[in-house]
Amino acid sequence: MSVIDQAKNAAEFIEDKTHEVSFDKLIWMLRQKRDEAALQVPEWEQLRDLASAIKEHTLANLGPYLELFEANAKRNGVTVHWARDGHEHNQIVYDILKSRDADTLIKSKSMLTEECGTTPFLQSRGVKVSETDLGERIQQLDDEPPSHIVGPAFQKTTEDVAALFSKVYGSDPNKADPVYLAHVMREHTRPLITEAKAGMTGTNFAIAETGAIVTITNEGNADLSANAPKLRICSVGIEKIIPNNEHLAVFVRLLARSATGMPITQYTSHFRAAREGGEMHVVLVDNGRSDRLGMEKFWPSLKCIRCGACMNTCPVYRRSGGLSYGSTYMGPIGIITMPTFEIRRYSELPFASTLNGSCTNVCPVKINIHEQIYAWRGVMDEKHQTPSLKKQAMIIAGKLLSHPEAYRIATQSTETALKVLPRFAIYNHFNVWGRHREVPAPANETFHEWYRKNRTH
Amino acid sequence: MRVGLMIPCYVDVFYPKAGIAALELLEKLDIDVEYPFDQTCCGQPMANSGCEADARATEELFIRNFAKFEYIVTPSGSCTHHIRNKFIATPPSPERDHVQSHVYDLVEFLHDILKVNEFPWAIFPHKVALHTSCSAIRGLFMQSMSERVHDQKFSKPKALLQGVQGIEFVDFERHDECCGFGGTFSVTEEAVAAKMGYDKVDFIDKSGAEYIVSSDLSCLMHLQGCAGRLQKNLKFLHLAQILNGDKE
Ligand code: SF4
Repeated sequence: MSVIDQAKNAAEFIEDKTHEVSFDKLIWMLRQKRDEAALQVPEWEQLRDLASAIKEHTLANLGPYLELFEANAKRNGVTVHWARDGHEHNQIVYDILKSRDADTLIKSKSMLTEECGTTPFLQSRGVKVSETDLGERIQQLDDEPPSHIVGPAFQKTTEDVAALFSKVYGSDPNKADPVYLAHVMREHTRPLITEAKAGMTGTNFAIAETGAIVTITNEGNADLSANAPKLRICSVGIEKIIPNNEHLAVFVRLLARSATGMPITQYTSHFRAAREGGEMHVVLVDNGRSDRLGMEKFWPSLKCIRCGACMNTCPVYRRSGGLSYGSTYMGPIGIITMPTFEIRRYSELPFASTLNGSCTNVCPVKINIHEQIYAWRGVMDEKHQTPSLKKQAMIIAGKLLSHPEAYRIATQSTETALKVLPRFAIYNHFNVWGRHREVPAPANETFHEWYRKNRTH
Repeated sequence: MRVGLMIPCYVDVFYPKAGIAALELLEKLDIDVEYPFDQTCCGQPMANSGCEADARATEELFIRNFAKFEYIVTPSGSCTHHIRNKFIATPPSPERDHVQSHVYDLVEFLHDILKVNEFPWAIFPHKVALHTSCSAIRGLFMQSMSERVHDQKFSKPKALLQGVQGIEFVDFERHDECCGFGGTFSVTEEAVAAKMGYDKVDFIDKSGAEYIVSSDLSCLMHLQGCAGRLQKNLKFLHLAQILNGDKE
């Protein structure tokens, strides 16, 4: 597939003035709420240290913890499956559904199934899949992927949703009122939930010592998806394992606060076994995770608990919109994980950052996100993914800047400097700079010249 | 104490006055300062683009120029951050170690090494919005960051500017959000970069500031370009010019 041109997509998002402005405002508010919530917890930084250490410990002993989880889940009567990649995961899910004649599936939000492309896979095989998370359902109805990992439809305004619902459900297009819209949705999804033959959820944490799956949600839809139908399937990325409930407490304190500033979500549900008369399946999915665990610089991205705080703080994400990344994970965490899935396609993502470092400092599990973004840029060059025009400019710049005489000739008159300086400094001509900004006026005399005249005689 | 002065490319060509102010200021403080003539750049444009190999010769030249100094001082947080924390295109050597561990942003040098807190020759009776770069905040820890809500609040550039008579600081929204420059980012993602700059300029403009002051000219060049396009009546100065007592 072709390279995602994040910059171009972002430019289009900004061009349409309404969405960029409301998106930035909404998402920045989440960052502010996160700050306020963190301020209420004096031991916040210690919690971040702890959370990071727990994840590092678990990742360093992932094999044994996965086996412990499997043994305990089995003891609880759960069937455990292992999937090497997304395709295997989808096939396993499909086989379970097919063998039980389940042709309707309700889902609660799961980034892992987005990653695996589960919904299109199942739908093309005749399974009717319905999302139950409000935001995720909105995106499904509009045939769009999520624009944010916590709030999939954050990029839409209430007016957008009113228009969409009116098209799909025939509701009032002029009533852009969140409560009204939530009711419309509820009316239409509840029957899907009660009638569905199978339910599917993702997982926030999988507890090795108890074999439980923990989901953390606000709408209660994971509980409905899990419990209404008799057949339930949970998809679990193998990095979601943590040792025991004591560790869970650390993450529960951090997750909602980092995500939305709430001290805790409405529901923190532990699923250990199937409901009476039902069955429960867990699919443990690798899909590139063990390869990433072996990457010296990039393994810490596996600590991620998908809170979205790095996205909320990211000034580039807020102005670009989540869809501009053309990927399952977006914003800072997307930049450092997507290239592990497909390097060519996501080769431009590491450049969608100013390396300002805010993400690293909000991340509740202390992933060195901006350092990884920087390191990915180096990988793109090593793997010859740098666009040739840019690479050429860097080679020229490297030569010019290592030869003082040539450099001096180029910059000695500010007129020639203007031609050459932007080339090496920012690899392109100032006509790009000047599209939205005034070009700086060169001074009459460089510092170098001034120094030669005023200090060397 | 022998100090080598590094003047970044932008300063050399577009803002020589800021370089001159930094030099004169150090001279006023009786520092034996020298500007090595063969200097060009620290290699950041290449390294930040991922092209580390292409930065190597430039880094080597930098080391040749500056390894002999006891301190290397530059009026740029971004260059300081690069040299101190990311200068790895050349193999490790005692000389590389030396430049990495002896490079200081002008603010750090004045605040931490010389411990200057008064600039009696400087008067600046204006409303100032202080913009501190991300490199300076989250790379060099020159100022507390808003993400770390429990940290003690401090700002080294502000502490220095407080030694100037008459200066008045204004607060503005999202004060430590990135301005959008980001090196090559300012061109490769020009639409996002410009929008970030516009937002920053708007927040500052609303605060009633007359001047945007920073210890990083790369941010200022970008913000000035944005303010110009928005036709905002804001003025821009490098912190060194105020500390040196320059009359605009
Ligand atoms: S990288 Fe950190 S901040 Fe970003 S989503 Fe993951 S846990 Fe949250």
